[in-house]
Parts: sequence; structure tokens; C-alpha cells
Amino acid sequence: MSNSTQAKTMYEKLWQQHIVEEKSGETPLLYVDRHLIHEVTSPQAFANLKFHNRPIRHPERTIATMDHNISTRSIKIDAAGEGAANQLRTLEKNCKEFGIELFGMGHKNQGIVHVIGPELGLTLPGTIIVCGDSHTATHGAFGALAFGIGTSEVEHVFATQTLRQTKAKTMKIEVNGQVGTGISAKDIILAIIGKTGSAGATGYVVEYCGSAIEALSMEERMTVCNMSIEFGAKAGLIAPDQTTFDYLEGKEYSPKGDIWQQAVADWKLLKTDQGAEFDTILTLKAEEIKTQITWGTTPGQVTSVDSTVPSPDDFSEQVEKDSCAAALTYMGLTAGTKITDISINKVFIGSCTNSRIEDLRAAAGIVEKYQAQGKSVSAKVDAIVVPGSYRVKAQAEAEGLDKIFSDAGFEWRLPGCSMCLGMNDDVLEAGDRCASTSNRNFEGRQGRGSRTHLVSPELAAASAIAGHFVDLNNL
Amino acid sequence: MDKFNKHTGLVVPLDAANVDTDQIIPKQFLQKTERVGFGKHLFHDWRYLDISGNESNPDFILNKPQYQGASILLTRENFGCGSSREHAPWALEEYGFKVIIAPSFADIFYGNCINIGLLPIKLSEQQINELFDKSDESSLSLTIDLINNNVTFDKTVYNFSLDSFHQYCLEQGVDSVGWTLNKLEKIKEYEAKMSPWQ
Repeated sequence: MSNSTQAKTMYEKLWQQHIVEEKSGETPLLYVDRHLIHEVTSPQAFANLKFHNRPIRHPERTIATMDHNISTRSIKIDAAGEGAANQLRTLEKNCKEFGIELFGMGHKNQGIVHVIGPELGLTLPGTIIVCGDSHTATHGAFGALAFGIGTSEVEHVFATQTLRQTKAKTMKIEVNGQVGTGISAKDIILAIIGKTGSAGATGYVVEYCGSAIEALSMEERMTVCNMSIEFGAKAGLIAPDQTTFDYLEGKEYSPKGDIWQQAVADWKLLKTDQGAEFDTILTLKAEEIKTQITWGTTPGQVTSVDSTVPSPDDFSEQVEKDSCAAALTYMGLTAGTKITDISINKVFIGSCTNSRIEDLRAAAGIVEKYQAQGKSVSAKVDAIVVPGSYRVKAQAEAEGLDKIFSDAGFEWRLPGCSMCLGMNDDVLEAGDRCASTSNRNFEGRQGRGSRTHLVSPELAAASAIAGHFVDLNNL
Repeated sequence: MDKFNKHTGLVVPLDAANVDTDQIIPKQFLQKTERVGFGKHLFHDWRYLDISGNESNPDFILNKPQYQGASILLTRENFGCGSSREHAPWALEEYGFKVIIAPSFADIFYGNCINIGLLPIKLSEQQINELFDKSDESSLSLTIDLINNNVTFDKTVYNFSLDSFHQYCLEQGVDSVGWTLNKLEKIKEYEAKMSPWQ
């Protein structure tokens, strides 16, 4: 059988469609369709270009936004400190000099890079998308091969519009059946990471499929793909389908007219062929997935909200025992404690994982349930809601979600990466315990000595009001 | 990028799995627009007792007197997981590391190391355990031979493998952007046949 007639996975198709050169003794060279940049990982790449006096090959294929460093309290460029302002101004200067479109402070298209790409129609199926940020895997929800890169690679893309990539192995993760009531996309991806462990997909590109994945909206698919990096995957993919096309049609940067028709016809061919082989297959039953919450310091240290904090004895490998013990110490938790007995004092609803309109609607829905009982945010808890972009913010405000949050005692903020990584003025203090809808619970991630529990927007909202984690089934 | 051929140096054993890039270089040090100044903040939250980094933590392995001057970092699985920040390898390099040895690395971090000429070496769990035992007992010096792809100490030799192009780039100190710019005709050929929606 020749190569052209062999059954192929979506990843293999995307790979082949982007080969610029594949030569013995050299890492293959792939074409990059879209390059997203932000203020933190681009300045040294621009500086090196200038040093070598090299132009940007296709400035129109790069889009810039300001997200990591910005304040969520003010649109002033210096509101999050001098260092942040310097990086933001440097980005402004570089974009002007090299002719790159920038969505700067307060621009209607500004927002978290992985929120604005999709909502503007910059993220398209069948493309390769890169960004100097590991959560670039988010865009895989559209059937784009999307992955995070380092600053040397940012420079390489600037100068050549290509990247050298070693071919990854393929993993199929099939989630079959239907999830229970109140189970979110965040629960699905955390349950997957719980099964694979934090490095279970290192060296792989993962394709999520099965009826429970097909049933997800685009926002939910983005939440799933976003966390692919949290179990080591190079990228996460979901086959584009009518849900994808309906989402993209008419978006500001989406193709229009005849080109749109041709694009959809091409995109329909992207899905993995029947009979295509994967290097690894993992299957989950959707019905078995419960509300998830991390208890440790890696996303793989996760359990269901109706269980207890594990003990090092629950693990067989020495490395895992040691990691569990170290995590319990850092997190200030005792093995055997019921998860619902853990009190919190901070809540963060936001990040490229969970700051889209559906996430905010889901959280607001929970808040409304409590409000009907006359309850609002616990006096012990500071809770912030940070929309992912100015478009999300405008939509949420048009729907009155901001008012639901504010009336219940949540702070309604301006868009940005905010407390997900605390590179701005949204930082936790040592000892703070936070229910966070973000993607990383590493030591010190949200502030030195702070303790992060990763949860869904629904669980974050409920916990803000209760002052501790709650089983959503018992609301 | 400097050429890498052979290196002999002292090993410091960092006995932790899943060391993420937030640990290697915390976010508050990422607000630079230059490529230097990260080494002093390497492993900041572990290395210093205070936030401003004035008070050294005597219990942290890098601060122990016997490991001063180490240029080879020995560690556990999934080293460099998390964010794509190249600031992590920049910090390791500026501190003085030339080589990192672990059973496995996170993909983006691994690529970032190769791109700046910091050599990531994967060895088996058993070999890693043996190196941890040796480096705990006494100061361990290793010789890394990139040309022959091996790590040696005493009379022991461990072989490692590396992608052939990665090896070439490290050995020659290749400017990868310049290398690809020599392929401009290929890139133009690709661009000429792209789909209109691409």
C-alpha cells in the first residue's frame, strides 16, 4: 500500500500538509500559518532579529496581544508595575517597528492570547499555530496543530515562518457515553490527567474523541485541549465538525465567501481515517467522571470532590510516594481529610482554561442558585472573576452576568491572565488557599507559599460562597 | 551558540520529580526584556528563605558547600514541565550548568535547551539511581562526551542517544535561524502552493 492510501491520523495529515522540507539528517521543517505573541516571551526574539538585522518574513501572519503582565484593575499600561510596563511598551514599539497588528491596552480585541485567537477566527482548522506559551494547545480544539514554543523558536518563526519539529507519537483518548449532570469539560480533562499522570503524554500528540467529546461546545473543547500540556502532550486535537464550522463562520478573521466554502470542504477531510493506528489508546467512560479537584502540586495529583486527601501509602512507586508527601507538606493537608472539609480564602475564576462566556455563565448559574437561598460570597473569602477578553467581558455584561457576580460579592475585573500565574498585581499571599479555575497548581505558581486547588468554574463559584469545597450534587 | 564537544564537571543531585519551570525561574523574574540576569534567580523559592533573595536556604542542595561550582544537574523524571519559558534554560545556563541529566524531560523544555546549547541527557531510571547514590556519597565528577554520546565516571560508561540533527547543531554551535534562511527557496515553494484560507 502506498503512503497516500494508508489510513492516517489527523496529526499525520496536519504534519504532511505542512512539510516544507524533510531531509535525511535534519529535523523536518514545517510551515507555521499563524503566530501569536505577547509581551513576556517575545522581547528577546525581537532583540535578536535586530541584532542580526533580519526582517520578519510575514508580519501579517503574526498577531500580538497584551495579557500576562497587565493589571485587571486598570487599563493603564503602568498599573502593574514598572517591569510590566517596560515589557508592554517594548511590545508596542516592536510591533510598530515590524508592522505587526497589536491588540493593546483597552482595544476591543484585547484579551488572553488563547481566548482571542478563537473568538476572532484567527484560529482555523488545518493550520499550524504557535505561540511562546505552553497553553497554545488550546487551539487544537479546532483541529489546528497548536503548541507552545520557546523564545529562540519565536525568533525562528519571525525570520522564516517555519519551525523544526521532531515528529511526535500519537495517542487517542476516547471518552465515550454521556457525562452526568453538572460535570464540566474541566472535570473531563482533570479526570484524564488523573489517569495518565503529569507526564503520561510526554512525546505524544493527543487526539480527544468519542461521543462525550463530540457533544462538547467549542468553549468546552478549548478547556479540554488547553490542559494537554499538563500531562506532557505536545498538542491536543479534536476533529473539526459542524460545531466547529458554526462557531467560526462570520468571525472577524474567518475566511469569507467562496474561500470559506473551500475551507470547510478541506477541513472536513482532516479527521482521522477509519483504521488509522495510534501508538497508544486510552478509553474513559463519561458516566464514571465525577467533579474533580487537585489536592497536590501537579495537575496529576487530582481526585474527586466526594473523596479524601490521599496518603503516600496509596501510591506504589517510590517517586510518587515522595511527591505525595512533599505535596501534602506544601499544601498543608493531612491524608484522610475529606475534600469538602477543606476551607479556602481565595477564589479565582478566569485564565485561558476557563474564562470564556460559557464558563462565566456556568459559574453565574451556581451563584444564582445560592442567591435564591439568600447566600453570597463567604465573609472569609475574596473572590475575583476575570473575563478572558474584552469581547467576553462585553458579552457577559450584556447578559447581566457581571451584576450577578457583583451582587453576590465577587469582584468583576478587567480581562487578562491575572492570578493564573500572578505576573501582575493579582498574587496570592503565603498560606492563602485558592479554588482556581486555572491550569497549574505548582508550588508558588499563584504566589510564593500559596496553595492552589484546580477546579471547574461551577465548583469555584460554589466554594466561594460556602467557604470550603462542596459536592455540587448536594447543592 | 557555543560549540559543545566534551565537558567534565561536578554533579549536583536535585532529588525531585516533576520540577516545573515555575520552580526553575519564578514568574516575578520574567519581566526582563534582555536575555541575561536570570541565573541569580534560579530555583529562587527553594534557594532563598526570603522573597527578596538575600537569605540563602542552607538546606537546599545547590547551597551546600560540597556542590559549589557544579556544572551538571542530576534530577528526576519530567524535569522542566509546565510553561514554555526559555528563561528556565537561560537561568540554568547562567548559573553555570552545561548539562542536565534526568530520566525524562518535558518536551518544550528539552527543545529550548537544545536551542541554547544546554545539553539535556536522558539516562535510564537505574542509571539515574546509581548516579544519585554516587553523588550522595561523595562529590561526583562526570565526563560528558558528545561526539561519542557517553557519560563516564571511574570505569563506568553510560551511553545516551540524541537526535542526529540536534547533535550536529550542538557540536557545531549552529545558528538555526541562519541555517533555515538558507532554505528560503523551499519555503517559497511551499508558500506558492498554500490553500487560500491558510
